[in-house]
Amino acid sequence: MASIGWQVATVSALRDETERARTISLLLPSWTSHRPGQHVDIRLTAEDGYQAQRSYSIASAPADEPLIDLTVERVREGEVSPFLHDELVVGDRFEVRGPIGGYFVWDAAAADPLLLIAGGSGVVPLMAIVRHRAQVGTGVPCTLLYSSREAADIIYADELERLGARADGLRVIHTLTRRQPPAWSGYARRIDMKMLGEVLEGTGRMVNVFVCGPTALVELTADALVGLGLPASQVRTERFGPSGG
Amino acid sequence: MNEEQTTDYEVADPQTLDGNAAAGMLFEIFGAEMTLSSARCAHCGNRAPMGTLRVYCVGGPGMVMRCSVCAEMVMRVMRRPDGSFLVDTRGAAYVRF
Repeated sequence: MASIGWQVATVSALRDETERARTISLLLPSWTSHRPGQHVDIRLTAEDGYQAQRSYSIASAPADEPLIDLTVERVREGEVSPFLHDELVVGDRFEVRGPIGGYFVWDAAAADPLLLIAGGSGVVPLMAIVRHRAQVGTGVPCTLLYSSREAADIIYADELERLGARADGLRVIHTLTRRQPPAWSGYARRIDMKMLGEVLEGTGRMVNVFVCGPTALVELTADALVGLGLPASQVRTERFGPSGG
Repeated sequence: MNEEQTTDYEVADPQTLDGNAAAGMLFEIFGAEMTLSSARCAHCGNRAPMGTLRVYCVGGPGMVMRCSVCAEMVMRVMRRPDGSFLVDTRGAAYVRF
């Protein structure tokens, strides 16, 4: 990351992924190629000079540049995300800096199989990994365990189904914690040690694990994986939270 | 975060983020990407990448980073009105970068 200066990004497209998650495509005048898992900071400035700053994960793969996609979940009573959902239109501009972060990052040259574990919109940085993996054509096996409340809350559902059907080593496992469609064959509970043990049977133990979601999911999952015998150094975590919404 | 709006997991401490979220501010302060850099907690001695620290109030005028093992404060940052930073590093035995 050569510089961390703010630049003015232009909204080039908006897409609703679910009722509460919206993807914002941004065109950037100057961009250092990002690595999957990284995020950007955005800064909004009101007419009276008031500023609000938030961090959002990049959902798109590096090959999609100079566009980057952010997928933002609406936080009720939040300050920034309702604006991004309700007010933002194509052509709007706001300040962005990035890409940022070096810890929660996947290196496509790594040979170890991937285990990605997402809760809700924690899937966003993991989707950048899934997309990048598909684009570079690495044969590294990848399992995504994705916890949502119900089917309508699954972000990127169609794309995940399509990518999972390519039979290139990507396996997508859903768990729906609150409501399941008829004849649902996936998991139907919160992520727990038993579930993680079953998933690990399919991946083996030499996995490179990335966990992103709310704090409780991240801590429960990381503790359970270590309890199942994985070295903590193989487990990278990212909590998403409000930072004010 | 309003948990009704987001996921189904109990949120024990909804304000907690981790050091990843502070990467931008840390870059401003240190002039480098810091989330992979080790910080050693002066209280319990745990050494870990700064990306794993617990972070509170990132994006505001002040930010607190706590050890993920003992929860003591490792670093505290205040952004002053003139844009400069006050960085309280008493809780860090060292930062390697």
